[in-house]
Amino acid sequence: MSGILHYLVPLPVVLPLLSAGVQFAFRGRVALVQRSISIATLSAVLLTGLVLMVGTDTYGPQAVHVGGWTAPIGIALVADRLSALMVTVSSAITLAVMVYSIGQGMADKNEAAPVAVYHPTYLILTAGISDAFLAGDLFNMYVGFEILLTASYVLLTLGGTQARIRAGATYVVVSLLSSLIFLITVGLAYAATGTVNLAQMSVRLAGVPDELRPVLQVMLLTAFAIKAAMFPLSAWLPDSYPIAPAPITAVFAGLLTKVGVYAIIRTQTLLFPGDTVNDLLMWAALATMLMGILGAIAQTDIKRLLSFTLVSHIGYMVFGIALGSVHGMAGAVFYVAHHITVQTTLFLVTGLIERRGGSTSLPDLGGLAKLSPVLGILFFLPAMNLAGIPPLSGFLGKLGLMQAGVQQGTPLAYLLVAGSVLTSLLTLYAIAKTWNYAFWRAPAAGAVAAPGTVLETSEDTAPTSAFGPISQAVGPSSRVRSSANRSATFGGNPIVTSETLPPSMLAATIALVAMGVAFTVLAGPLIEYSAQTAAEIMAQTPYIDSVFPGGVA
Amino acid sequence: MSAPGFILVIAVAVLYSSGFYLLLQRSLMRVVFGITALGHAANISLLLTDEAITLPPLLTGHEGELSDPLPQAMTLTAIVITFGVTTFLLALAYRVWLGDGNDEVPNDVEDRRIKQLSEPEDSA
Repeated sequence: MSGILHYLVPLPVVLPLLSAGVQFAFRGRVALVQRSISIATLSAVLLTGLVLMVGTDTYGPQAVHVGGWTAPIGIALVADRLSALMVTVSSAITLAVMVYSIGQGMADKNEAAPVAVYHPTYLILTAGISDAFLAGDLFNMYVGFEILLTASYVLLTLGGTQARIRAGATYVVVSLLSSLIFLITVGLAYAATGTVNLAQMSVRLAGVPDELRPVLQVMLLTAFAIKAAMFPLSAWLPDSYPIAPAPITAVFAGLLTKVGVYAIIRTQTLLFPGDTVNDLLMWAALATMLMGILGAIAQTDIKRLLSFTLVSHIGYMVFGIALGSVHGMAGAVFYVAHHITVQTTLFLVTGLIERRGGSTSLPDLGGLAKLSPVLGILFFLPAMNLAGIPPLSGFLGKLGLMQAGVQQGTPLAYLLVAGSVLTSLLTLYAIAKTWNYAFWRAPAAGAVAAPGTVLETSEDTAPTSAFGPISQAVGPSSRVRSSANRSATFGGNPIVTSETLPPSMLAATIALVAMGVAFTVLAGPLIEYSAQTAAEIMAQTPYIDSVFPGGVA
Repeated sequence: MSAPGFILVIAVAVLYSSGFYLLLQRSLMRVVFGITALGHAANISLLLTDEAITLPPLLTGHEGELSDPLPQAMTLTAIVITFGVTTFLLALAYRVWLGDGNDEVPNDVEDRRIKQLSEPEDSA
């Protein structure tokens, strides 16, 4: 078993890329073939991730040297507990979102679901995410980031409406800047250590002058903090993510920021152990939590509100990392897995709300709990989970982080604990506001779109969006349909509201809600796994030994 | 440091400063040029990680007579990536210009909302 286990490591990267190539060869002519390939590939990746999770738990980290060139000359892909967990959770999410988007494409009578490039681009995104998780090499991690970012540029601007192009341009520029900072740091790290292999670099960085090491550390942190949307580098996120079609927003919100968090965990533990920047990270975590959630409270659009809570909850993970203890790291790892699932689910539910109620703008919605009780339950569970209501996994994750903070016992750690309690309460407030407006209150006459309403997509006649000319963007009248206009199309075809929700969209959402609940039911083993993960990455040696079985040269 | 290396350092400095200046401009087209300049700067600074940059990478094979090929390989990869993404960004800038007749980057949405709130009602 352990002999063949390491052959599985490259599969999460190679399989989606191969399938994307096959799909390009078909050029999207046969929608059924495309869909089957996508579903089969993502299922295979999920299976691989599960096997890797069990395998690394039993046999320790697995390294594969691509092309038979051993490290440090060749490129190493390494799966330890952390990578395997991230690959598994991310592939489960991508599979569910793929099913959801196929359902949306079929419901909109858009056979190519929705444009021919969608499926291959989505698979390339998956490959990039897996590559970033599995890279055992700083430059390969950069390449993984670039693969996923380039795919995300295409997905964000899908359909090519003016609002998406505008938001997409901002997103591309911000992402490019962070990639450049990453690239420059790779160059500097190579100049300082003579290697880009993470395991070898972690050994050699000990010999680097004490003045130089923090420079590399902070530069890497800056690059990853932009991607993870850490305050004050988070302003780009709420402006760009909500513009995309619902399934795309869901997968971006769930996964892309977490790739940044993963990169922070990996580099901080492996390359820069010690507490040089921990206080800085603590303050950043506090600011991220509070600024994010205060931004969320001010929103009237569900998608924007959720984007701000996403920023806010990144702060929890950074808090866990900043504690620098095994407990804190375990809390952060568990929180990452929990938050990926919950945040994605909420965005998928928002897509269903839009389909049923005709809008994602809170003033336009009402009475959804009566109109569609299923939707109410689907929103309520992950929303309470996000806010951290016992006994759900969000509560357990926050509790773990707070315990780790109290254990630390410094005034700053207590401040962070207080901040996270406050953020949790404010999240509950924001969620309760959404619930009251969209689900609980009696709708005003004509407020909720009747079934069969075609959401307006014409950009010339209707006030486009928050990105249109200023008078239209913020005038009181533009609130009425602005959010619907921004997000309605998925590859050009308008969304039609309906009384019954498309079954595969519903099924995918239910599956993710169930997965969120499973985090609660299986919390015992999962927290145990997170604790082992944290111990493993803090110890460093298991990772290094897996890449260099004979010791580092 | 050798003279060619020193010239490259100057080039990186000039490219960074002009790149960041352009990046802070309103016009998306200038931002694209800024990104291009910054990309070049990053690629050259990758090359500069090797002090023997002026020597051939593979030809002689003797110690001290060849430069390190790895930075060159990394730079090549980075150039390809920057090139592809810049092309995409150019297409986006063109589409923005086609749709609105200008390619100005608008103010932040939240900033505009707050500004709107702070203005008196009758100004609208």
